[in-house]
Formats: sequence, structure tokens, C-alpha cells
Amino acid sequence: MKTKSTAPAARRRGLSEIERKKRVFAYSMIAPVILIFGFVRILPIFQNFLYSFFHSSIGNPLEKFLGLANFTDLFKDHLFILSLRNTTFFALFVTFFSVIFAVLLAVMLSSPTRGGAFYETVYFLPVITPMVPVAVVWKWIYDPTYGLLNYILSWFGVAPVGWLVFPDTAMIAIIIMSVWKIVGYNMIIFLVGIRDIPESYLEAARIDGANTLQVFRRITLPLLRPIMLFVLVISTINSYNVFTQVFIMTSGPQGAPGNAVRTIVFDIYENAFRYFRTGYAAAEAVVLFLIILALTLTQFGISGSRERRERSRLKRKGASA
Amino acid sequence: MRNYTGKAPLLAKHLTLLAGAAVMILPFVWMLSTSLKPPHEVLSWPPQLIPRTFTLENYRTVFATAPFVRFFFNSLLMASVSTVAILLTSATAGYVFAKFDFPFKNFLFILTLSTAMVPLEVYMIPLYMSMVRMGWVNTFIGLVAPYLIMSYGIFFMRQNIMASIPDELLDAARIDGASEWKIFRIVVFPMLSGPIGAISIFAFQQTWAAFIWPLIITSSRELWTMELGLGMFQYRFTVDLGPINAGSILSLIPVLAVFLVMRKKIIQGITLTGMKA
Repeated sequence: MKTKSTAPAARRRGLSEIERKKRVFAYSMIAPVILIFGFVRILPIFQNFLYSFFHSSIGNPLEKFLGLANFTDLFKDHLFILSLRNTTFFALFVTFFSVIFAVLLAVMLSSPTRGGAFYETVYFLPVITPMVPVAVVWKWIYDPTYGLLNYILSWFGVAPVGWLVFPDTAMIAIIIMSVWKIVGYNMIIFLVGIRDIPESYLEAARIDGANTLQVFRRITLPLLRPIMLFVLVISTINSYNVFTQVFIMTSGPQGAPGNAVRTIVFDIYENAFRYFRTGYAAAEAVVLFLIILALTLTQFGISGSRERRERSRLKRKGASA
Repeated sequence: MRNYTGKAPLLAKHLTLLAGAAVMILPFVWMLSTSLKPPHEVLSWPPQLIPRTFTLENYRTVFATAPFVRFFFNSLLMASVSTVAILLTSATAGYVFAKFDFPFKNFLFILTLSTAMVPLEVYMIPLYMSMVRMGWVNTFIGLVAPYLIMSYGIFFMRQNIMASIPDELLDAARIDGASEWKIFRIVVFPMLSGPIGAISIFAFQQTWAAFIWPLIITSSRELWTMELGLGMFQYRFTVDLGPINAGSILSLIPVLAVFLVMRKKIIQGITLTGMKA
């Protein structure tokens, strides 16, 4: 017996005893969850929009209404512009390299490989480990005097580099470390996508005389497009939120110069919790939110429109057959 | 792609995979190696991958100079409370969204799901200010509050319950006179061991790795987590590389242990849900 079929009848006579009990149970189970959600997610998300229009302090979030002044100030603030530029640069490069390496690894591991499970585990290891300890060890690897990286580079005759000391190399160093951290995640997603491609497609192409590269370009890659889009968007969004590794690698006497790798979340953190300009920082958070929203909508938009195209093509095919 | 023919491409493939694996594993080896070296060996040139003399001195120093035992138990407590809470809220809300009908159900479901894309960094300022009003700054409840629920968890549970638990089973239990709570406890909950396993791993891992929220919500060392303690420790004593790496190893152990034991399940969970680790 389906609940749906009894529901209209019950409503006409008032709810039956069982229906009434179900209703009470449903509400009492969902209420605490919604309450917590409201308090730690939904309310603060809305408040953040509200506060961004105000001059506010920690104690008094609505001290003085400013309209859009926080936002216009933001785009005159060279530190914010710098953070926005740095973060965008970081996000693009981390996404680009992590996707390239991930596709390459996934393609290699998609065929039965001796030690395949071992490779999957090893490449996935950094994904599952917390950021702080790995950021700490990478900072040590980048050490200009005793660091492992400079030692390895010295085998190839490269002079010691002060990786975290100079703005350009500091950014590159943090990008390399971040690619290392997430490449395994992207690899696993691509791996599933490639394994889902029916073997017969690849077989057919090979029988038609396609070589390995052609099969990859004409069959595998096009069929991976929805997954590619997902990975690109997720990686970009996560990269825009970068904070922990920047905080660790720029702090302390051996850290990078702060502004060289200043990112949006770092700027939000400093404005809100060091200088207590909470309304202004809330406006920055709104900008971050809009970037993430745009990326999410792009993904939905592109995959949605492709689905519609596919469906109308199938319909046309059906009509002509 | 599949079916490499010929020995040369196969060799090239294995060499590439091995080289990559070495890059992935090297930082961990270096961390462990540094943590086991005496101070004079840490700063030796050329760097030694394998310590000439092994010592546990750095681990002793970590515990002596900073309350790392405290940090460790704070992390353990925070991650455990968070995991249990996320399991309970995900199971109950997932069940209700999957099997019950009531006004505004779809609205509430979409509301919980749509916040999944908004990261904590976007709303941490108002959340912090709420904590100030509640008097929860620098308290355990304030520390753990954002980690009691997980949108993906609710979604994942709902999908699982819809797919694996038939309405007829629940109705049969109702006709037998079982209360709704009893049905949930006796019939539904035991059938959810798969998703419970997957969600608990993610919840634990996510909360254990939390950094920015503990950083802003705590002000006294008594509440610091392992991650925060480590971050602050390296900030202040940057030259003491041995103890710092010993602390790093300690903070990796719980997560790595869970991962190595449940590797298959974790990787499956990620590919099933697109959950980010």
C-alpha cells in the first residue's frame, strides 16, 4: 500500500490515526535538523548579505547603513584587487595542471595494470590527509638552505632557489603543493568515467584502424565531457576557497611574504578577525559567493543545455525513423 | 588506452606511474624521516632520506613543549561528536525526506541541499558573531557547532533509503502496531550500514582537518585542535623542524589509519556521491 493513495482520502476525513502519527514523527525528526541548519548555515548566509551593506563591528553588526559603499571601496582597495587576482591565478593553474595530470593517470590506470590498486592508493593519499601537516612538510621541502627540493634540483645543476621568499616562486610553490594535494581526487573521478565507457566503442574504433591517440581524442575525451566539466568546476571552486596552505606557508620567519600569495579568504580573515572590519569583510565574502555561484550555474547551465540538445536530437531521430 | 600492445609502451607507462608515485609519497617519507632524526642531522647537507641514527626524542619534545596530548584529544572529541551528530541528522532527515509527505517538504529539502555549495568561508563572519551573542566563543559547543550537519549526508541517505527500503516493509511494520520511532530504530537504521560507513568516514576526516573555524573561534590553547596546534606551533618555533614533523606525523595517524583500512569504501563513496574529501 502506497502512502500516496491513502493520503487524499485521509485528508478529506481529517488524517487517519496512522497518518497523524506519521506526520508527528516526520515533524519531530526534521525539526531539530532544520533548526541546526537554520542556525549554522541558512541564517548566517543571509546575514552575510545583510552585513555587507553596513558598517559593522563584532558587537554591533548593523552599526551604520552604507548602501553599496563597502563594495565600491572594495574595488578601490589594492589589497583586495591583489587577492582577487592572486586567487584567480592560483585557481586557474591548480585546476589546469591537476586536470591534465589526473586525465593522464586515469587513462594509464584504466586498463588492467599490475599494481593498479597500489597506485590508486598512493595517488589518493594526499587527498585524504589534512592540509596542515602536509603544508608544514612542504614548507620544509621548499626551505632555501636545507630543503629537499633544492637538493634534488642541485643534481641537475640548478642553483638554490628561495622558493617561499620571492613573490613569483612563492605562488608557484603553493600551486605545486596544491596540485599534489588534489590530483588524486580528480584522477579517481576520471577513472570511473573512463571505466564506464563501453569497451565495444573503443573496440569498434580500433577495428576501423584508429591508433591509441586517435581513440583517446575521438572517443574517450568526448565521452568524458560531462565529468570533465564537473571536475573543472569543483576544482576551481575549491581553489577559490584556498586558505590553510597559504596561512601555513606565509607565517613565521621562514614563510613567504604575505602579500605575494594573499588570497581572497586570507584577506577576508585579516579584515574580519584582525582589523575587525566585519561589514567590509562580509562584502568580500559576497564577492566570493558570487564567483562560486557563477561557476556552479555555468556547470548546471552547460550540462542542462547539452541534455536538452541530446533529447531533441533523439526526438528528431525517432520521428524520422 | 586499454590494451597496450608491445613492451616499450608498457614499460614507459610503469616508469611514469612509479615516478609519479614517488613524488606523491616523498613528502610523507620526508616528514617521517625528519621526525626520527636527532637535531644535528635534521639540518645536514646533503639531506639524508634515511636517518643515520633513529631517535624518538622529537616526539618527547613535542609533548613536553606544547600540550599536544590535549590537542589530540580535542580533535578526537570534536571529530567524534561531529561524526555522530552528522550520522543522526543525516539518517533522520534523509529518512523523513525519502518516506514521508508533509507541507513544505520539497522546499525544506531544496533549502538544505542548496546550502551545500556555499563554503563556510562565505558565512563565517555572521556565524562567528552569532557565537559571540550566544557566549559560545572559545567553548567546545562553539567549536563543533558548524560540523553537526552535512547537506551531502542528508542527500546521500535519502537516495539510499529511496532505493533500498520498500514502502511495503514500513507499512507492514505499521500494521503490526510498531511505533514510527521503533520502525526507524529497528527496521530502517540497521539497513543503512553502507551509507553510514561512507558518511562517517567523510564526516570524521572533514572535521579532523578543519582549520579556519578553530582558528577564529578559539582563543585559549585548552581548546586547540591538533591542526590548529600544529599550525600555531610551526608559526612560533619554525626552526625546531624535528618536533614539528613529529607533531605532523601524530596528526596524520588517525586519518591515515582509517584510510588504509577502509580504502575501497572511501574511494567508492567518493565516486558514488561526488563528495569532496
